[in-house]
Amino acid sequence: MTDKLGEPIVEIIDLHKWFGNFHVLKGINLKVYRQERIVICGPSGSGKSTLIRCINRLEEHQKGKIIVDGIELTSNIKNIEKIRSEVGMVFQHFNLFPHLTVLENLTLGPIWVRKMPKKEAEEIAMHFLEKVHIADQAHKYPGQLSGGQQQRVAIARSLCMSPKIMLFDEPTSALDPEMIKEVLDVMIELAQEGMTMIVVTHEMGFAKKVAHRVLFMDGGTIVEGNTPEEFFSNPKHERTKLFLSQILH
Amino acid sequence: MTENEAVVKPPPSDIGILGWLRKNLFNTWYNSLLTIVTIFFLWKSIPPFIKWAFFDAAWFSPPKVCRQIDGACWSVITKNIRFILFGFYPYEQQWRPLIAMLILFALLYYSKERSHWNKRLFYYWLVGLAVMGILMKGGIFGLPSVESTKWGGLPLTLLLSVFGLTAAYPLGVILALGRRSKMPAIKTLCVLYIELIRGVPLISLLFMGSIIFPLFLPEGITISKILRAQVAIILFTAAYIAEVVRGGLQAIPKGQYEAAASLGLNYYLTMRLIILPQALRIVIPPTVSVLISAFKDTSLVVIIALYDVLKTTQTVLSDPQWMGFSREAYIFLAILYFLGCFSMSQFSRKLEKELDTGR
Repeated sequence: MTDKLGEPIVEIIDLHKWFGNFHVLKGINLKVYRQERIVICGPSGSGKSTLIRCINRLEEHQKGKIIVDGIELTSNIKNIEKIRSEVGMVFQHFNLFPHLTVLENLTLGPIWVRKMPKKEAEEIAMHFLEKVHIADQAHKYPGQLSGGQQQRVAIARSLCMSPKIMLFDEPTSALDPEMIKEVLDVMIELAQEGMTMIVVTHEMGFAKKVAHRVLFMDGGTIVEGNTPEEFFSNPKHERTKLFLSQILH
Repeated sequence: MTENEAVVKPPPSDIGILGWLRKNLFNTWYNSLLTIVTIFFLWKSIPPFIKWAFFDAAWFSPPKVCRQIDGACWSVITKNIRFILFGFYPYEQQWRPLIAMLILFALLYYSKERSHWNKRLFYYWLVGLAVMGILMKGGIFGLPSVESTKWGGLPLTLLLSVFGLTAAYPLGVILALGRRSKMPAIKTLCVLYIELIRGVPLISLLFMGSIIFPLFLPEGITISKILRAQVAIILFTAAYIAEVVRGGLQAIPKGQYEAAASLGLNYYLTMRLIILPQALRIVIPPTVSVLISAFKDTSLVVIIALYDVLKTTQTVLSDPQWMGFSREAYIFLAILYFLGCFSMSQFSRKLEKELDTGR
C-alpha cells in the first residue's frame, strides 16, 4: 500500500496510553488510508483492542495524536460524538440493545443521531439486514437470535450509520465455530465493496483473503506490519515467528 | 412422531386430583400429619369467621342493636361512610371529592395499558388534574370554595400517595443518575441528599415540614399543611427510589454504554433510550415495594393532624356511640389499603411480563 490513495482517514502519531501505571500503548504510529483493510493480531494483552478503542475514544489516550477524517480527537465532546457517528464499531460481545427489536436496534442511530425520518431509517435498516442475510428476523429481539445472527445484526447496525471506517474488535471470538463462517462471510462481502476496515482478529484465513496489511502487536508496540503474503511467508521478527507458529499450528 | 411409536403416559398415580393430592399433601407421614393439622386449624377458624362476618353481622343497624348481636357490626362503616371517606369536607358538597376520585380512578385505569402511553394520555391527565383541582378547591363556576384544611379522608390519602409517588419516581431517577455522575459537585450533592434523607424517619420529616419549616417563612406567607406533608413524602420516597434505581444502573453492562457511544449518542440520549429503559425494567419489583410502602406510609400524616382515611376512621371510633367496634373498622381499612397495594403489584407484574424481551 502506498500513499497513492491520498490523505489517510486515520492517522495515529506517537500514541501512548496508560491504565493507571501500566503502559499499554508505547508509541504507536499508524496511517490508515481510505478503502484500506488492516488486520491487527497479537497475543492477548498486547494492546490491540485498546488501540482500536482509542480510535473512537472509548479509551482516552494520554499522549500523542489521533486524527480521524481530519478531526483531531481531544476532550471536545462534540468532536468525539461527530467522530463516533462516522466510525462504526463491532464488539466481541455484540452489545446489541436487548430491550429493542432488531429493526429498532438498527434505526436508533439514524433516527436520533442523523435525525432521519423513521420511514427512511427503516428502509435503510431493511436494506442492510438483507445484506447480512437476516431480514426475516427484523422484528425479533436480540435475545431470540443465535450468536452469529446477533453479530451480523451488530454489523448491520454500524452500517446503517454509513460509516467511513469500520472497527472490528475480535468479532468472532465469542462465537461457536459453526457461526464464525457466517460472520466472516459478511465481513468479506463488506471488504469486497471497498469498506475501510481495521480488524482485530486471529482469523488468519480472513487476513490472507482481504487484508492489505497485517500488523503484529506485542507489548504495546507494533512489532511489524506487512502485506499478508510477506507477513505469513516471511516474518521478520522472532516474536512474530513464534506467534505465528503457535496460532497456525 | 410416527404412528408406530407408542405414546408413553405417566403412571396413573401421578395424574388427576388424587395423584396430585398424594404427591403434594400426603407423600410422607409428616406431610400427611401437617396436612391434617392445617385442615383442622382452617376448619376451626374459617367457618366461625364467616359466621361472624356475614351470617351474624349487622349491616345497617343502629349501634344499640349492634351491641346485642354476636356478629360483626358493619354499620360502624355504613353509618359513618361519608365521614370516613371525606372527613370534614362540607357534607352537602361531598359529591365533589367523590367525582374527583372517580376521575382519578378512571385515569389510572386508562393509563394501565402501555398502548395508551402517548401525548393524548398526557393531555387527559392535565385536564383531569385541573378538573379534580377545581372540584376539590372550588371558588369558581359557582362552586363554594373549600379550604384545604377541610380536606380529608380517602381523597387526601389518594392525593398524598398518587402525587407523592409520581413526583418521587422521576426525582429518584435523577438522583440516581446524579449519584453516578462524573461531576464531583453533582455527585456529592446527590450522595448527601440521599444519605441525609434516608438517615431520618419519615415522621421527623413530617414534623419538620409542619412545625419547623413555617418558622423560616417570611411573615404573612403560609403554605398549606397538605402541601408541606406532600413535599416531605416526595423527598423521602425519592431517596429510596434513587438507591433502587442505582442498583438497576449498576446491572447494565459496560458494553451497552460503549455500543451507544459508538453510534454517536450523547449522554442524554444514551440514558433515555438505552440505559434507563433497561435499568428501570430490572428494578420494577423493588421499586414497587418502595412505592407500596410509601403508599402505606402516607397514613403517618395523622401525627401532624391531617385527617387521612386512617384518622377519620379513628375519629369515628372515638365517638362513644361507636366505641368498641374497632375490629370492623380496621378490617375495612385493611381492605382499602390492600386494594391499593394489590393493584400496584398486579400492575407491576403485568408490566414486567410485557417488557420481557427474552434477554
